[in-house]
Amino acid sequence: MTKNPLSERILAEHRPVLFRYALLQMRDAELADDAVQETLLSAWQSSASFAGKAGLRTWLIGILKHKIADHWRRSTNDVPFSDINQFDAEDTDMDEDAFFMSNGHWNSGPSTWNDPEAAFKQQEFWAVYEVCQNNLPPKMAKVFMLRELVGLEADEICQEIGLSEANYWVVMHRARLRLRECLEIRWFHSQKQEK
Amino acid sequence: MRSCREISALVSQGLDKPLNWRERLEIRLHISMCSSCRNFQLQTQFMRKAARRFGTNLENRFGKKS
Repeated sequence: MTKNPLSERILAEHRPVLFRYALLQMRDAELADDAVQETLLSAWQSSASFAGKAGLRTWLIGILKHKIADHWRRSTNDVPFSDINQFDAEDTDMDEDAFFMSNGHWNSGPSTWNDPEAAFKQQEFWAVYEVCQNNLPPKMAKVFMLRELVGLEADEICQEIGLSEANYWVVMHRARLRLRECLEIRWFHSQKQEK
Repeated sequence: MRSCREISALVSQGLDKPLNWRERLEIRLHISMCSSCRNFQLQTQFMRKAARRFGTNLENRFGKKS
């Protein structure tokens, strides 16, 4: 018998990323954990089919997506929180123009935030953060969360979503512009006024 | 000279891939004169930290199992 090329340890290293990925879509730790367990088990059993052509993580996420899809198929009552592969025709061109003038200068530039990390200790900040993140158009939010919450690399996200590299940079730039503006208006400016 | 629009795009890219020395220099020169873009750079770094923490909070809220 040949030795399994994927050791338990190697698979386990990917567990946190897989878990966050599943959690984002399933919004339930138990379901997410089950899906990850099944994924690692399948990966272990079919490690021969992993040719190393794509990255290991990409391959694992591919399996995980199937597990999550299986779950939604089984449970007819639940509606998936988001199908990460669904692509919607979103405003793509108008968006960035709102932030800049035609000569490329800021329309109204980012102002200074004083000691922003102090906000981490405040419960209210996280509510505002969540609102701002959810205010991103769905596709943009997915790309942003895969990068910043789940921790995938840019090329993994492009492959996962079927996005060109050029589009990825555009989407992330816009996501950051929007999120920044929302946090400034809803948190950092309103904080200033209270003082 | 690159505009604020282009510099902020580069700053954003710099969070997701290594930039070459020329791009890094362009950013440095630009932000030494432009407080808006300097703020943008600081705030994108802040947002990265916030997003990571939000992810951790999310795991805890749902009951961390793994």
